[in-house]
Amino acid sequence: MNDTSTNGLKRVVIDPVTRVEGHGKVTLLMDEANQIKQVRLHIVEFRGFEKFIEGRPYWELPVLVQRLCGICPVSHHLAAGKAIDQFVGVDPEDLTPTATKLRRLLHFGQVLQSHALHFFHLASPDLLFGFDSDISMRNVVALLDTYPELALHGVKMRKYGQEVIKTITGKRVHGSAVVPGGMNRPMLKAERDYLLEDIDTMIVWAEDALKLVISLHNANLPYHDQFATIRSNYMSLTQPDGALELYHGGLRFRRDDGSTLHDHFDYRNYDKLIHEEVKSWSYMKFPYLQELGPETGWYRVGPLARVNNCDSISTPKAEAARVLFKAHSGEAMVHSTLAFHWARMIETLHCAESIKELLHDPELLGEDLVTQGERRFEGIGVIEAPRGTLFHHYQIDENDIVTKANLIVSTTSNNQAMNESVRQVANSYLNGRELTEPMLNQIEVAIRAYDPCLSCATHALGKMPMQVELLDVDGQLVDQLNKRSDGVIYR
Amino acid sequence: MEQHITIDGVIVPFKPGETIMQAASAANIYIPHLCHHPEFKPHGSCKLCTVNVNGRNCSACTFPAEFGQQVLNQTDELNKLRLRIIQMLFVEGNHLCPACEKSGNCKLQATAYQLGMLDSHFPHFYKAHEVDSSHPDLMLDRNRCIFCTLCVRASRDVDGKEIFEISGRGINKHLVVNSPSGKLHDSGMEMDDRAADICPTGALLVKRQGFSVPIGKRTFDNHEISEDLDEQ
Repeated sequence: MNDTSTNGLKRVVIDPVTRVEGHGKVTLLMDEANQIKQVRLHIVEFRGFEKFIEGRPYWELPVLVQRLCGICPVSHHLAAGKAIDQFVGVDPEDLTPTATKLRRLLHFGQVLQSHALHFFHLASPDLLFGFDSDISMRNVVALLDTYPELALHGVKMRKYGQEVIKTITGKRVHGSAVVPGGMNRPMLKAERDYLLEDIDTMIVWAEDALKLVISLHNANLPYHDQFATIRSNYMSLTQPDGALELYHGGLRFRRDDGSTLHDHFDYRNYDKLIHEEVKSWSYMKFPYLQELGPETGWYRVGPLARVNNCDSISTPKAEAARVLFKAHSGEAMVHSTLAFHWARMIETLHCAESIKELLHDPELLGEDLVTQGERRFEGIGVIEAPRGTLFHHYQIDENDIVTKANLIVSTTSNNQAMNESVRQVANSYLNGRELTEPMLNQIEVAIRAYDPCLSCATHALGKMPMQVELLDVDGQLVDQLNKRSDGVIYR
Repeated sequence: MEQHITIDGVIVPFKPGETIMQAASAANIYIPHLCHHPEFKPHGSCKLCTVNVNGRNCSACTFPAEFGQQVLNQTDELNKLRLRIIQMLFVEGNHLCPACEKSGNCKLQATAYQLGMLDSHFPHFYKAHEVDSSHPDLMLDRNRCIFCTLCVRASRDVDGKEIFEISGRGINKHLVVNSPSGKLHDSGMEMDDRAADICPTGALLVKRQGFSVPIGKRTFDNHEISEDLDEQ
């Protein structure tokens, strides 16, 4: 475990200079024996939102909060939408079938495009060219040169997901669809037919990408199974029958040995399950399962958690892939951090299959879009965003104005887990008083496996400017290593 | 003989007593404006409709048309001045288009697009303005008020209620509500008042309607503000 005391520890700071969606900084605290005792991954994001949406009318929320992110705005749009439904007395089961199916389709499009972006644009250069390859190779442009067919599949799969989003929300990014109690427009038959044209190709490409991930994983099994691997708890939504669920379900919380602590837990009571610890050195909270406490109650969310936690997947190709995935570990849960990529592509295949199912569902084209019930003053919406379980919790006053907001985003839930993975990696690569580029690369790879917001912010096109400082116990600079955005390393 | 003026060289007829704006609108010629509305007496405050009449700048919404006037409207010089006015309106208020339910239906936003506004040019004031959501059906968000006084005129001249007025000067200028509490809930205002549906921005809105019109169906999704003078 991470030590809590900082007495007698040296400090290494890895500071990405640029920021877009988020800003990350890694501090490695070493002891006298140059072993990493504590890791602090600082992330500056989201802090303003909870405050500045106070005082705004609740119907603005889905459009307002989706500006949290340019990659997964739909997840915030839908989570906020599920919350504000409750202000007009509508629970998820009360939505009209057409509204539910439009929202599910929208979400599958979102997860498909986000996963495609992460795998093809961000992760695959690492996986294909090697984690220690030249910085000039570790980007999607190099991927286009060396693996043009694969790279184009990535670009087009992402585009397809965005077309689903645009069809329903009016824009590829930051559109509008959700209104309190439903959706603001029906889908036209011509739009449905347009999306049907390419869906079979998307399923084939998702299968190909999954095969690639598995082959890369198996090609270097010891590395993939051990790199940044930590035993952790897992949390995700599941369907009533325990199947994988991305849009709506009950919370399932499993321990590292696969035992189930909570199942079908009503997420509207999430604050009785999860507490958030605040630490003075981070802008991001540390959620943990209340009954286990902060030391052992932290957990992972996201594709690895979801595929680990579920008992089945409703679509046949993805279910076959899940069975293979679970068989690989030889135990109840897969703990390999790099298996996030594997799980992510299983979900991508599930999204493509699910989109096809929904497009063939006649209720998708219905026109009964909005329903209303008795007014309420508290709303909690939870959804499985691409990066994991996402909580939106709002309270309003009698004048429809937001008085309280609490958001637990996926990256926050993975906060402690990322620290643990980085600590594991740092201990393997940093054992002395000199900082090296391979160590920086490996830390990046460990963080990126979680697909946190900062990874896309700081690694777009393979550019992750960093500043690393090694300080001794007295705070004196022992070593310094800098990396420019063009990959040039200098001291 | 028909009375006429010329606007950018085009002969535009007018009737006695008409303003340049009225003559232009009748001829389907767009002169940018925000405080002007054909239903109400001109106010001449926003200055967006500034045109050059025989070498002198005037407000088209208040300046009477007279035979032989040579009016310049769509010139680079005037549009640059109008752009600066729009930019000043944006920085004085808190116009957050990405999250505003009026986006796509907002005349301030549409005029900014029309004039090619790409940035704010001036530093934002970021002055906090009061949001009045006390009314069960209406909301007043002063962050988006541009002092066009259309609600003032609609309430006074059509609804006969005199609910709104502009108070204060300079940076402290703000829209006030004529009610015992100073808020909308006891002002006597109702949803079907003309004033409730006149605001060119998102300052005065009917509650719980936000984003119900999908992107693609909003007023200015498919045409520029200059292309539809019917409602202006």
